[in-house]
Order: sequence, then structure tokens, then C-alpha cells
Amino acid sequence: MNIVVCVKQVPDTAARVVVEDGRVNWGEAELVLNPWDEYAVEAALRVSEEHGGPVTAISIGGGEAKEALKPALAMGCSQAILISDPALKTLDSLATAKVLAAAIKKVGGVDLAFFGRQAVDADNGVTASQVARILGWSALTLVSVISSLDEQGRSIRVERSIEEGRQVTEGHLPAVLSMVKDFGEPRYPSFMGIRKASKAEIPVWTVGDLGIEPPTSTVSWSEVMNPPTREVTCEIITGDSLEAMAESLAGKIIAEKVL
Amino acid sequence: MSNKIWVYIDHFQGEVLPTSWEIVGAGLELKGKFGGGVTALVFGQGIENLAQTAIHHGADEVLLADDTSLNDFRGEPFASLFSRLAKDAKPEVILFPTTTRARELAAMVAADLDVGVLTDVTALDVQEDGRIVATKPVYAGKVLSKVVSSSPIQVITIRVRAFPKPKADEARGGTITRVKPAIGEGEITTRVVEYKKAEEGVSLVDAGVIVSGGRGVSNNPGLEPPSDITDEREQEIWRARQGFKLIGDLARVLGGAVGASRAAVDAGYIPYSNQVGQTGKLVSPDLYIACGISGAIQHQAGMRNSKVIVAVNTDPEAPIFKLARYGVVGNLFAVLPPLTEALKKRLGK
Repeated sequence: MNIVVCVKQVPDTAARVVVEDGRVNWGEAELVLNPWDEYAVEAALRVSEEHGGPVTAISIGGGEAKEALKPALAMGCSQAILISDPALKTLDSLATAKVLAAAIKKVGGVDLAFFGRQAVDADNGVTASQVARILGWSALTLVSVISSLDEQGRSIRVERSIEEGRQVTEGHLPAVLSMVKDFGEPRYPSFMGIRKASKAEIPVWTVGDLGIEPPTSTVSWSEVMNPPTREVTCEIITGDSLEAMAESLAGKIIAEKVL
Repeated sequence: MSNKIWVYIDHFQGEVLPTSWEIVGAGLELKGKFGGGVTALVFGQGIENLAQTAIHHGADEVLLADDTSLNDFRGEPFASLFSRLAKDAKPEVILFPTTTRARELAAMVAADLDVGVLTDVTALDVQEDGRIVATKPVYAGKVLSKVVSSSPIQVITIRVRAFPKPKADEARGGTITRVKPAIGEGEITTRVVEYKKAEEGVSLVDAGVIVSGGRGVSNNPGLEPPSDITDEREQEIWRARQGFKLIGDLARVLGGAVGASRAAVDAGYIPYSNQVGQTGKLVSPDLYIACGISGAIQHQAGMRNSKVIVAVNTDPEAPIFKLARYGVVGNLFAVLPPLTEALKKRLGK
């Protein structure tokens, strides 16, 4: 199996993200590997451990995005590639998908491309589907279980998490998979892995290397704002007994007319 | 097919997800700003009756595809058909609900048409030139962004509960146009084998009321686990299950869904599908009752848009009280049973 996993660098979810002077600011918070992508890396590594083959982690970004590739390497990916080009400064989902599809083609002979379900910054959750569509590969999104992988038969069976429960779906290889948390906890990088990752050479590909024209983005964020603050003061319910407190709270909930 | 506003009706085996009707409502709000009325697209098998229901909810026209290859939602046949229809008719706006299926479909259709896609938006504002400025929560709602697509066809997915559902009017009429699949089974690379249905219950994202539990659900040292459970972690999980039973009881009385914090999910108290928060589900019910949840920033991101928040927590300093309209400082094991009883009585259940 020749495996690719696409990852993104995002601000830590614990960060207090606010708009200051019209720009999104996450203060001193660290930029980390997108938490959803950790499940994608885990899935890629487990398939590789069972079926063999290299796992290549790919990210798009400035030089600092190498930091998102290092955890992927430390967890066990065999190599990492950064796609970095001034022409790719602000990419919308479709432009991102075009670049990643081109990169997956350039890696060559890829059987499976893994993604996290979405990135926790823009929260779009469309890139995996779009990459699959552009490549003409099977799209298996929101995967919680990889049930079987038949190398000879070139097919994969998964369980997908949908509103109604799980959907068992089979797809031909090559396939694009996006992973959800149900798949299982991502491993911690080993000490050796961290050392290896810190020394790893991460090649940089430009748009020219991918053999495509820089894709045009059509979606833009025209303005960012802080959400309206919750104008609320908390009324602490008190009473002589638990029953009295319950009665009082029940009355207030009913009076809110939200039931 | 001169309508410039298209809406996609998402359903599972003929059962329309309620949010689909909200999308029709969003389409109706745009009527008058774009040419013609609203066209609804309904794809599936044995779903002819849905076309009529879509008209009752406000669609002027329905493009109906009823075929065995469309029996299960699959990206390839659905996107190929949708994109072919859109290329022919050139709508200006296509609205999708943000469900698992429709998000994937919107993504693929946007790729086929080579246009931008705005996802999970909560408000639509049309400018003079017909550009839609949509409001989209980003960073799990910590920030709001105004997003615009400069593409000739504006593809947008709309967040659940962001628009009101139009009232169905059975007297309403409209045209139903039948369309045929764009590709055959031989060109489709995926196959749905079967479904494993989730436990029955109210869906979190659609719920008007959510009762959620956090770490605090296992905080009842007085509760003795059965003697055959000797492992300490197993005992903790057993205690947590008792806590979630109380939460479930309250949710049932209110006709609501059960949620959980990430801490409760990671501790193995309850499945991930119940998680509310930045790496779980983003919800906006009318009433959110947080039990034993301290209110980490990631959890707040998932529920801060709830209309009324009630917090039950033993720690008066817990950040959740800063969001709450009403608070009870106490242990949920003591607070919930009488509260459930009191509400049951008042609601006449």
C-alpha cells in the first residue's frame, strides 16, 4: 500500500481566538497539527503496519507549516512533503483540493489518501470529498472503522458515521478516506520518533513542481468579527431543600418558554 | 427551469431530515432577489411523495430523480446528476443543508462546476449585485466570518437550525419534472453494503433541548457498584452510567437529546457521537442543561449559541456559570431527580 496523509497546521483548540484590529488573533497559542488529522495519521499508520508500504505526510503552508509535519513524522510517517509557494498564500477549499490532488498524483502510485474530517480553523470539511472528486477516486468520508482491505481485489470496506448511525460502504482503490474520532485514539510520538522528526529533511514542492497553474480562489473572508457577547447574568437557584430548589428552577425554565 | 435558486432536500430512506425544510425556508427568503422561484432537488428511490411534500413546504418546482442507482446516497451518482442539471440550467444560488450527505454533495458539485463553496453558514445577506455575503462561524464559533464567493454559481451549505422551517401548505401546487441519472452503476466506485442503525433517540444537532453530562457524572462516591465490578476504572464508568441515566431521564421528560463533554467521552462514559464541542458536535438548542460540566473553552465553542443555558455544578467557580442563565451549585445526583420530577409534573407527563 502506498499511503498519503494530508495534514494542516492550525491554532491549538485551547486557544482563545479573538478578532483584534480586524484580524484573527490567537495570541501566544501554539500552532499544532489539526486534531482531526491526528486520526488520519493514526489510520494511515495502522494500515501501513498491517499491509506494508510508505506513509507520506503532505501539508501546504509557509515554512512554519513544517512544524505540523513533524508530529506526523514523529508518530511514524516515513516521509513528509511541504507544498510552499508565494502563489498559494490564501487558498479556498477547492484551490486547496486542486493542489493536494496534484501533489498526490506527483507522489505517484498512491492507493489511499487519508484526511481528517475537517480543519478546526475554517471548519469546512469538504477538502477530502473534493480531492476524491478531482482525482476520480472513491470518496469514503467520515470513516470510523476500516473493516477490511483487499489488496488483490483492490477494494476497501469501511464504516462511516452518519446521522442515522453507521453506513457500511465498500469502495475501489485508490480511495480517499476522511477519518473521525471513533476510529480510535491517535498514538503519542515516541521519543525516538521525535528525535528522528527533528532531524528529518522535509522537501519543499512549489506549484511549478506540481505541474499546475496556481489555482484561483473564489471564496474570501471579507470580514471577521467577534461573536456577540452573551449578555447574561447567572441567577443561582437557592432554596431550603432540593425539592424547593427543583420547583423554583422548573418554574423558571417553563417561564422561559423554550419547551 | 428558470428558477435561479436551488435547494437540495436531504433524506434517509425517504425520511427527510428536518433541516432540509429549513433550507427551503432559506431559499424562500432569497426569492425576489434572484430570478423566478425556488427549485427543490430530490434524488433517491421510491421517494416520489417527497416531491409533493417539498412543494407543500414552498418549492415552486421539483427536479425528481427516482432510480435504483440513487437508492443510497453516494457521492458519485448524486454529484454527477446534480452537476449535469446545474450546468444545463445555470442556477445562481444552490443551497444545501449541512448534513453528512449534503456537505459531501455540495463539495463535489462545487468541484465539478469549478466554483467556490461556503459551508455551514448561519445567515445570508444579498448585496445589490446579487453577491451573497454569508455569515459563517469559524474556529468553532469563537470568531464569525463574512464569506463571499465570486463564482457565477454560489454554492452554500446552511447550518442546522439557522433558518425557520416554513409551514407546510397542502393546497400549494407546483411542477414536478422527472430527471434521469447521469451515470450508470458501472461508473460508480462505491457500494453501500448495509446500515447499522444508531440507538433511537433525539438527534443532537436537531434537538430543541439538550441535557449534557461531563466529568461530574461519575462524582458520586456514595453509590456502590455491584461487587463483581472490582476494577477501579470499571467502577468509575459504572458510576458515570448511573449519572447518564439521570441525565437521560431528564432529557426524555423534556423530549430532548443527551450530550456530553469531551472529558466524559474520553473517559469512556458515553460514545463519541454524543460529544458537544469543538471536536464534537456544534449545537444551538433552545435549552441546554449542562450537568457536571466545568465549561472548557472547547465545550463552550460547541454550545454557546444555545438560547437558555442552565448549569448544575458542584464548583461555584466553574466557567460554565458565566454562560448560564440559571445555575445550581450542587451535585447532579442530588439535583436532577427532583428537577426531573418537578418538570414532569408541570409538563403534565
